[in-house]
Amino acid sequence: MMQEHSTERLVRAAHIAEFSARHRLRWLEALPWVAAIAAYFVFPNYLALGAQILATILFVLSLDLVLGYAGIVTLGHAAFFGVGAYTAGMLAANGWGEPVSGLLVGGVAAAAVGLVSGAIVLRTSGLTLLMQTLVVAAMLYELANKAHRFTGGADGLQGMEMWPIFGTFRFDMFGNTAYFYCLVVLFLCWAAARNVVHSSFGRSLTGIRENVGRMHAIGAPVARRKLLIYTFSAALAGIAGGLIAQTTQFVGLGVLNLERSGMALIMLIIGGVGQLYGAFIGVPLYMIAQDRFAEVDPAYWYFWIGLSLVFIVVFLRGGVFGVVERLFGRGKSP
Amino acid sequence: MTLKGVLFGLVSVAAAGISQASAQTVKIGWINSYSGFLAQAGDQMEKGLNLYIKLHTKDLPPGVKVEFVRRDDTAAPEVGKRVAQELITRERVQLLMGIVASPVAAAVAPLTAEAKVPLVITNAGGVAITRISPYVVRFSFTQWHTALPIGAWSVKQGWKRGFSAVADFIPGHDAEGAFVKGFTDAGGQMLGTVRFPPATADYAPFVQRIKDAKPDVAFVWVPAGPAATAILKAIKDLGVREAGINVVSTHDLLPDEELPNIGAFGAGILTAGNYSTMGVRPANQAFLKAWDEEYKGKAIPNFTSVAAWDAASAVFDLIKKTNGKFTGDEAMKYFATVKLDSPRGPIAIDPATRDIIQDIYIRRSEMKDGKLINTDIDTMKAVKDPWKELNPPK
Repeated sequence: MMQEHSTERLVRAAHIAEFSARHRLRWLEALPWVAAIAAYFVFPNYLALGAQILATILFVLSLDLVLGYAGIVTLGHAAFFGVGAYTAGMLAANGWGEPVSGLLVGGVAAAAVGLVSGAIVLRTSGLTLLMQTLVVAAMLYELANKAHRFTGGADGLQGMEMWPIFGTFRFDMFGNTAYFYCLVVLFLCWAAARNVVHSSFGRSLTGIRENVGRMHAIGAPVARRKLLIYTFSAALAGIAGGLIAQTTQFVGLGVLNLERSGMALIMLIIGGVGQLYGAFIGVPLYMIAQDRFAEVDPAYWYFWIGLSLVFIVVFLRGGVFGVVERLFGRGKSP
Repeated sequence: MTLKGVLFGLVSVAAAGISQASAQTVKIGWINSYSGFLAQAGDQMEKGLNLYIKLHTKDLPPGVKVEFVRRDDTAAPEVGKRVAQELITRERVQLLMGIVASPVAAAVAPLTAEAKVPLVITNAGGVAITRISPYVVRFSFTQWHTALPIGAWSVKQGWKRGFSAVADFIPGHDAEGAFVKGFTDAGGQMLGTVRFPPATADYAPFVQRIKDAKPDVAFVWVPAGPAATAILKAIKDLGVREAGINVVSTHDLLPDEELPNIGAFGAGILTAGNYSTMGVRPANQAFLKAWDEEYKGKAIPNFTSVAAWDAASAVFDLIKKTNGKFTGDEAMKYFATVKLDSPRGPIAIDPATRDIIQDIYIRRSEMKDGKLINTDIDTMKAVKDPWKELNPPK
């Protein structure tokens, strides 16, 4: 009896210790960054693809914040990606090619759109919310399509001219500059996102996801917190869009379409939702597979992508993260 | 794998790269729309290229090989730009070739200037693309080649009040501009214009706009392929032609491979184009014979297939002449001298603009032996791109 009691106490103490140490950096968390730097030296011919992967990781990471942490199911996240991309793109096409400020303005513009649209769509939940996020993205898509004079419409935004970063690092065709630029921006944004999810604010988001009624009952400002994370996520998505625009020096309507929102969702699900690192696994897996398939079979590569997705849905429940956790027998962390 | 194994692998890959280079393999990046809304045009282009490669690889100098590295641009400019960049930096191709969609070509063109890698366009007809980079050469056509004369021809038929409906992207805008110029210069009067999304499936609202405007003649432009059949169906369903409105277009509205799908309704439409399978020329007869032997009646070539065929012919000539060793500048110098006897008639590259000089045919579609065909009713010889003459470089 006594013994049982003390074991219980020990277990609880261990849980508390684990809980209070959760925000500390673990060695494993250095892995993506080491891998990214190693990739630079191992695959010098693939840096353009690498830069796109890094920017897309940021986009999917931003989606993870709203979907994985706050439980806001959205199919319109491309809206913010696209606003960031077009903002950074139009600045560069109209004589302001400074990358860092362009990126920040893109992020702010996306955050503004996130704040305004979030204030409306976040009043709803479930399927209604899903549809409203879809509609916001669709409206922006049509806007970009119709504003041919400013955006180039279906032809894409032509004539972007990027200045060197800090006046020194020119964007080269091989993607050296683009790769490190994306890596540094991703690192800074990841650090910010990590801080947010481990703050008490971030914890309350998990609470909202798991049991919104209870969060209301304990007096948490649910609506305000949802709007805040939605806006923060929109800003990160906008920065990701800006990165893609600046490094490819082109913006097409594809940055705003449903396919992009859907792909982000798929990549996040492949990696694992609500783990902060799902994006770091899902995006490279998906984009490298896509690159390989398109190279091996340029005519029917979409078929192979589809087939692999079916495979993943059937056999990889919970994404790569879920499988790894099941293999090592760890319980699902909240 | 051990470190030793990895190193060995890397060394053998590097060695393979070196030995390949010494065997003189010409790497050509082929950018096509295998998926997306222009996939059918992409398929036409692919078949034209493949046929030429199959028949003429044996003509290459001994020891010289041609390798086509093929990529899908999905008809989206951002994807096209990415694959072009990969072909240049990763595959180190000596030439880029292909491209169906004008927005893709416009996005790729600046890269060719930076990398000094020539781009040989086999379809994209956006008129200004060759101005973006000195490393772009075009074997297809511009919208001004075809849409400008059809404007003038419409007025000649006594149709004085016009309306234009085009797909809302580069070639559509070009076609509209060219038709309006040709039409109004000849004394016609435009009642209005409408533009619809390039990948739309529902043309009824736009076709209704044509009907409501009650013009004598409606100029309609869609990208060649299934869109042609779809918009003609809307024109039929809404009774546009029955209301006394004449329909005119470029060859994109009546591409040869869509004629069986369009059928009798497509008869009596005036179009301008650079190629029809009905053309009676020895080069065309030979081309059609080779085509039918290869595709056994399962495919019909169109102007896009012919442009890919001609471009492949010029590229093979370049390789023969240089034994596959050429810089981007040498290739461009060679292309400026190209003169070919094409299935579409004599063609040449204009050294001043790097755009094609070709005969343009005015055709009237008609039913013959139960089949819809395009019959040439007039030929304009050796037409240079009119837009470049109207808009000299600054």
